[in-house]
Amino acid sequence: MTAQAPDIRSVRARRTFWENAKRTLASAPFSAWFGMVIILIYAICAIFAPWIAPYGEADVVGKAYLPASAEFWLGTDQIGRDLFSRLIYGARNTIGIALITTMLSFLVGGTLGVLTALMRGWLDQGVSRIVDAFLAIPVLIFSLMLLAVFGKVQFFMEHRWVLLVIILGLLDSTRVFRLARATAMNVVVMDYVESAKLRGENMRWIIFREVLPNILPPLITEFGLRFCFVFLTISALSFLGVGMQPPTADWGSMLAENKTLINFPAVGFPWIRKPFYPAIAIALLTVAINFVVDWVLHKTSGLRDEH
Amino acid sequence: MHPVLRTVLQRLGLGVLTLIVVSVVIFSSLELLPGGYAENILGQGATPETVANFKKELGLDRPAYVRYFEWIGGVAQGDFGASYSGVGGTNKREVAHVIAPRLYNTFFLAILTAIIAVPLSLFLGVMAALYRNSWYDRIVNAVTLTTIAAPEFLIAYLLMLLFALKWKWFPSLSTVGETTPFFEHLYRAALPAITLTLVIVAHMMRMTRAALINLLASPYMEMAKLKGVPAREAIVKHALPNAWAPIATVVAFNLAYLVVGVVIVEVVYVYPGIGQLMVDSVSSRDMPVVQACALIFAATYILLNLSADVVSIITNPRLLHPK
Amino acid sequence: MNDTQDKLQAALTAAARGRITRREFTQLALASGVTLATANTMFAGAARAEPKKGGTFKIGVGHGATTDSMDPGLYPDQFTGTALWGTLANSLTEIDADGNVVGDIAESYEPSDGAKKWAFKVRKGATFHNGKPVTAEDVVASILHHTKEDSKSAAKSLLKDMTSIKADGAETVIFELSGGNADFPYTVSDYHMPIMPKNEDGSVDWQSGIRTGAYKLEKFEPGVSATFTKNENYYKTGKGWFDRVEFLSIKDVAARTNALIAGEINYMDRCDLKTLDMLKSNPDIEVQEITGYGHQVYVMDVRAKPFDDVNVRLALKHSLNREEIIEKVFLGHGQPGNDNPIAPTVKFAVEPQPKHTYDPEKAKAFLKKAGLDKLTVDLSVADAAFAGAVDSALLWKENAKACGIDLNVIREPDDSYWDNVWLKKAFVASYWSGRPTVDWMMTTAYAAGAAWNDTFWANPRFNELLVAARSETDEAKRAGMYAEMQQLLHDDGGLINLMFNSYVEAHGKNLGHNKVAANWQLDGMRIAERWWFTS
Repeated sequence: MTAQAPDIRSVRARRTFWENAKRTLASAPFSAWFGMVIILIYAICAIFAPWIAPYGEADVVGKAYLPASAEFWLGTDQIGRDLFSRLIYGARNTIGIALITTMLSFLVGGTLGVLTALMRGWLDQGVSRIVDAFLAIPVLIFSLMLLAVFGKVQFFMEHRWVLLVIILGLLDSTRVFRLARATAMNVVVMDYVESAKLRGENMRWIIFREVLPNILPPLITEFGLRFCFVFLTISALSFLGVGMQPPTADWGSMLAENKTLINFPAVGFPWIRKPFYPAIAIALLTVAINFVVDWVLHKTSGLRDEH
Repeated sequence: MHPVLRTVLQRLGLGVLTLIVVSVVIFSSLELLPGGYAENILGQGATPETVANFKKELGLDRPAYVRYFEWIGGVAQGDFGASYSGVGGTNKREVAHVIAPRLYNTFFLAILTAIIAVPLSLFLGVMAALYRNSWYDRIVNAVTLTTIAAPEFLIAYLLMLLFALKWKWFPSLSTVGETTPFFEHLYRAALPAITLTLVIVAHMMRMTRAALINLLASPYMEMAKLKGVPAREAIVKHALPNAWAPIATVVAFNLAYLVVGVVIVEVVYVYPGIGQLMVDSVSSRDMPVVQACALIFAATYILLNLSADVVSIITNPRLLHPK
Repeated sequence: MNDTQDKLQAALTAAARGRITRREFTQLALASGVTLATANTMFAGAARAEPKKGGTFKIGVGHGATTDSMDPGLYPDQFTGTALWGTLANSLTEIDADGNVVGDIAESYEPSDGAKKWAFKVRKGATFHNGKPVTAEDVVASILHHTKEDSKSAAKSLLKDMTSIKADGAETVIFELSGGNADFPYTVSDYHMPIMPKNEDGSVDWQSGIRTGAYKLEKFEPGVSATFTKNENYYKTGKGWFDRVEFLSIKDVAARTNALIAGEINYMDRCDLKTLDMLKSNPDIEVQEITGYGHQVYVMDVRAKPFDDVNVRLALKHSLNREEIIEKVFLGHGQPGNDNPIAPTVKFAVEPQPKHTYDPEKAKAFLKKAGLDKLTVDLSVADAAFAGAVDSALLWKENAKACGIDLNVIREPDDSYWDNVWLKKAFVASYWSGRPTVDWMMTTAYAAGAAWNDTFWANPRFNELLVAARSETDEAKRAGMYAEMQQLLHDDGGLINLMFNSYVEAHGKNLGHNKVAANWQLDGMRIAERWWFTS
């Protein structure tokens, strides 16, 4: 912080939130704009899927493996469902599940991480040892085991996505915990946290006003990556045969279901082999999210040398 | 005591504790899984009588805690037990004997991949930091993000399609055995290694770039710039030495991944590594093998993290020579 | 047949065996009045169709686990079955391509005392890979391996009717059974019962891998591969053409397909049905589809309401559109069932009439007969029963609506399906891998009180016939009895047979073979000794 800081704050205080947002957006580079537009399109698809998709999520509307046509924009899948419609519904299911999973992992991991950094002592020791053990077990194999153990519970049989969200969210939270704790450790020793404690602020104030804002940048980066990794883990689980429940359309499972088609060239325009559609959908979203994250990170890093 | 030595000893102690927790977690998960080894192997031919005979032979008729303490007692003396698949015969299949060839294959692939991937991602990362926000940076960023975003099996099938079916440079099957000569092993492991390289380079490269860029804002980098040190020299000589700690952490994370997380690549290329062994053993409930695999994975993770921490201590004079 | 034609035939055989050159053959052929062009074609044709020696045969199998054992009592699936039995070993008998039982290690076998006593004569010249001749003692030890008190063998239940086994001299083995069984030679053809060398202490040496088969074991890496080399002293002639045989466990179907296309394997089992048409268009690859004995079924507990009423059973049997489900769920790879568990390729199989097909009117009529306008039943399914069981049930639900039947499909967990659902709930999906004889299938699954009678059907006439047919040695009488039993089961039983499934396998076009057996995948699991390279 330099001497100018109070000035900036007073200037900012006079602007409304929207003015601020506009100014910030105007300075965004092309890549960030690209990312935001893509995310917006995906969000619209996800929210309005039933109105956008020409056919239903699980409706068999034609023969299997029809090439792209005016009727079926991207052709049909292995049992004759419209691929385009399934991609749109896939956006809803995939993004929804990934979002809930990631939020769960940040809620659990982030809270525990900051708390243990602040409290230390036996709580810190206990949680850290348990987290260490869970980190040391390979995620994929462990989630396979947990899915088999809890998959027989009646509720989870009917709502398998809930089980996936809980297992992946909790396993991921161990990684978030490590990051949150490590970064929070650097912050809690700072003078301003000490003075807040001496001022007699309560725990909530210290966490939300003092610690959290200062550990946000690495957490945001992590959020972007973790979010994308959820798709990949679900697709890996589908590959091993224990992913989402059919006929739910999610990109990871769609990819795994059509994997054998990679060997055989697509017929007719646009000559893209069918398994690549969900793959492109995943890749595009990952790139978009991380472009935005990069930009946010860049803004908060304090580096000013724009080339 | 020297700080490095102290850290190592302290962490090794905690590591043993972690291993014990891991073994309890894995053992109880296995116990909770429906069905047992006998039922799984006998399948349709299982009758209550044969299952009971089988369980008795394996000692599975005793309570779980007895079996756990017996097992961990053996481990404490260096005996990991024998795979259930060899019980009853004269050729007992020791866990060490079952795991050793698979472990060799896994380390072979991991080291091969690391030799390609680590220098490559460091190079790409440094270049991206140097020419940040240039077209080079953006393209490398987009490409690496795409490879992060593509599931491993997709990359694997794609490479197989191109390199094995179209151009026939490499075999599509990576089956290797104990007697496979070194160079043939290298040739057969090529496609899995390339696949894994594509999977992990992105992560390491992005972290290298981020760690360097983070430092560029610090006063001593400003100072170097003002002194007129060329950008390249500033990054390599001034920023890089201070960025080793986060880079080492992410490299350790990815190396651990190469050992513990390559099940899918093994399945696609039919490479007999330890990941597939563990999945097989979980599905047949072969407890001694599952436990041994889990302990190896956990130990790998702990040791690699420890080395990353040692690197950060060594590269940071303040930690190396405390007040 | 005149003399010249005989000579030509002999020449063709010689050509096929590679014993004479094209020129020698042409001279002979011209002498018997054939034109030069025809002679050339004949030579080429004969040389292709007849087996040739040599080559390394590589097979990619979709099974195989690191827990696979050399103990034949524990062979779980195609990998161990094909590699460690069909390639390496022989049982007393084998099932030929037509589904008949023929002697293998046993040269001949004779029943006596109403098929309660069986004498198997060990083939002269049959030797183990270590050169030791096979004796009756070895056979006894091999069978006792499964029946001893603490045995954990999957074949134990197959042999439960055997009361004693003993060697009578060096060549004859006498089995005594608790009841007459004309099909006993089929039982001992099972892949769990290869003949193994006896140890000094009377136990059997299953560990070393010394067996009698066309190939010797070179190396077995469980879950990875098994390699074999030719057994030059194999006792069968005209079998075992390859120099080496390699089995690879390739569980991922895409990887298996790629390996076949790239030519790294010569044969693959369990093709991907979705992309089968595209694989078929590959000029170097031949896809082969065999309707096996295995069938995918739904079974009703005939003791439970409402299935205790035969009219309800018949209504349900007519409410299932088998053709549509096979087309949609199994992409046409299967043969619709007719509520008879006996596959058409099994000896004594009949097609009971009237054929059960989808017919909403008939279904409604049967419901009316049962005094019902509407019917609501729960159907428990899981893909653990058979892949596609859930999808099939959902389609059936749609079919049944038109028949006034509300089928409430309950998805059960995969993991404990066989323990907690099958034999426990009244209406469930099930799978039978099939048996090579009518008696074996019926005794296992439809005899009153049988452990695996999943319909709990107990028809007095059926059970009477079953026992009578078992010891009946007059083939015509037996055929009549079996036809009546299949008809009874079709009309009255609790079995709804959806389909007989197909083995869809693919191989390079440079492989030759005779008629392919239907009793197991991979040519009755004995592909390595039956097939050859043509070039």
